[in-house]
Amino acid sequence: MAVATNNDALLEVRNLKKYFPVTKGLILMKTIGYVQAVDGISFSIKQGETVGLVGESGCGKTTTSKLLLRLENPTEGDILLEGRDINTFRGAELQDYRTTVQAVFQDPWSSLSPRMRVRDIVSEPLVVNRNVTTQEKNERVAEVLQQVGLHAQQATNYPHEFSGGQRQRIAVASALVSYPKLIVLDEPVSALDVSIRAQVMNLLKDLQEQYNVSYLLIAHNLATVRYMAHETAVMYLGQIVEYAETEELYNNALHPYTRALFSAALPSHPDLIREDIVLQGEVPSPINPPSGCRFHPRCPFAMPQCSEEAPVEKEVSPGHRVSCHLY
Amino acid sequence: MAAVTTTPEVAAPSTPQRENRLVSGLRVARELPVIPLLVLILLLAIPAIFANQLAPHSQRIGVLDDAKLPPFWISESFEERMVVQRADRNRLDVEIGLSNAQRKVERGEATILVGGEDGEVNPGDTLRFQARKGGSMEYPLGTDKQGRDILSRIMHGARISLMVSSLAILLGGGLGTLLGMLAAYRGGKTDSIIMRIVDIKLAFPSILLALVLVAAIGAGFTTVIVVIAVLLWARYARVVRGEALAIKQQDFIDRARVSGASNARIMMRHIFPNLVNTVVVLATLEVGHVIILESTLSFLGAGIPAPTPAWGVMVADGRDLITTAWWIFLFPCLAIVLTVLSMNLLGDWLRDKLDPKLRNI
Repeated sequence: MAVATNNDALLEVRNLKKYFPVTKGLILMKTIGYVQAVDGISFSIKQGETVGLVGESGCGKTTTSKLLLRLENPTEGDILLEGRDINTFRGAELQDYRTTVQAVFQDPWSSLSPRMRVRDIVSEPLVVNRNVTTQEKNERVAEVLQQVGLHAQQATNYPHEFSGGQRQRIAVASALVSYPKLIVLDEPVSALDVSIRAQVMNLLKDLQEQYNVSYLLIAHNLATVRYMAHETAVMYLGQIVEYAETEELYNNALHPYTRALFSAALPSHPDLIREDIVLQGEVPSPINPPSGCRFHPRCPFAMPQCSEEAPVEKEVSPGHRVSCHLY
Repeated sequence: MAAVTTTPEVAAPSTPQRENRLVSGLRVARELPVIPLLVLILLLAIPAIFANQLAPHSQRIGVLDDAKLPPFWISESFEERMVVQRADRNRLDVEIGLSNAQRKVERGEATILVGGEDGEVNPGDTLRFQARKGGSMEYPLGTDKQGRDILSRIMHGARISLMVSSLAILLGGGLGTLLGMLAAYRGGKTDSIIMRIVDIKLAFPSILLALVLVAAIGAGFTTVIVVIAVLLWARYARVVRGEALAIKQQDFIDRARVSGASNARIMMRHIFPNLVNTVVVLATLEVGHVIILESTLSFLGAGIPAPTPAWGVMVADGRDLITTAWWIFLFPCLAIVLTVLSMNLLGDWLRDKLDPKLRNI
């Protein structure tokens, strides 16, 4: 699964794997297997662009984000930030990484400490990693709060005084405060009211232009990804099955799983005639994934070859890669 | 910087919220549990702080002549007995021996009610004498068998109770909170080891453990505090661990780690502030428990050594006189009951008030 090395890539993920051991027994813990949460994925994110990561629950999206944020250590593979492996960072380098890569989590109700004032929540990445004076800190917090559409005076309030959308804005402000180069957006709008979603998505797009920051957008809502992402990766059972520029992917989906995914989403107009693929069965267990192509037990186009041989990723058109024996 | 999407969702500036804070502050003040607070202030706080100024008598030195005086509202009582040559052992409530009667008259403790025209006590006379001394405002709650003022001793005892409970809870609660947080945050082996020690500790009968510890270290004020702290920490560790585990699951802990906060910073700045409610409520509820423990230890002779007026020591002192001088043991008992009850009511109220789920509605 060789990836063309991208020189202008901010972040490059190469053959990343994360296996969680499954243990048995209380005292002498015996490993009886591994959950192959992420199994050899590769992609890269360019400066100032957004890569969307879609897939159903349990396909490894969140594990990927945790690996990028160094909340988990990978079993195998590299994550390169500007060409340097992030898992070798220690001390000052690590501190630098912590200000360079930030995150916005899904649930704004659980991602802000109820006992801290907004000022302390927002300034945490600055305070921890850089020596800033109180005045510098307060000025930066006021600036970034205004940029996300809140009032500077609200810095002294507590999170419970804000609505869900405002809380997510606070989370965005905190992610932006240290001028990061990459923000991992883990389902940033799925916990919000539909009426607030567009506002927050527009805010994120505006801030991307302003800060030239890259996003890794993790979502299961296809419309969100289409609206925000420049490139999109479709994940199934820990692997990327299709990767393309977002418009290309939405107009010309190749992999049967991607097509099934699109056919399951509501169309923008009820009279729209579309391909109708209904997948049978459940997602197989990542402890014991199917042989060959992991999608073959549920694939409507499965061939005898599919259960024996894992498909190799092919570039069918420039920038459009797919792992399927059909192509 | 260029203006970013301004939206209708933005809230008004915070001035009205300040007013709301004042209003809600007043509301909280109105809802204060008045009776438990009053009891605590009058019974525990004021006597404990001003015992030296307020206590009418010495806490240690008594007047033997004033021993076993009843509380002020009990007046002295008299009884009348027939003087006989030799009193019948079974009829002592109505008869008195001649020599005994003569002695009482000489001392002025008794007057001759019938007979005694010659100024002498003769068999067949009726004597009237004091059965029990009356109480007075000199000793409002009476005196014990060494003639020490019970009110003064209860006041000084409040100081002991307050000091023991606050220091023991600070020590035991602090240790328990720290270990519970560590167990929850580190998980794995640290968690297993700490929680197994907690289980072992909780499996011991606490009074037995306390007695063993006192026997090992020797009785004294410091010992009592250490022993009670040792008895307390495990419960704290268990409760705090449970709470901290729930907090650890929340996204803001992950966010702090993404920001690069150290483990110590995450524990102190992100987990601990969210535990404060639990710890404070547990501390108020434990005050009652600690006062009872301290009293039990003192009662068993393993606590505060005798002349110091701990409430438990006073109860132990009065135990053998329950039938004749009930006030010696009753008032310290009442002090313990009222304090513990008030503390528990206050703890219940605090728990409701501090729980953000109940508060934020």
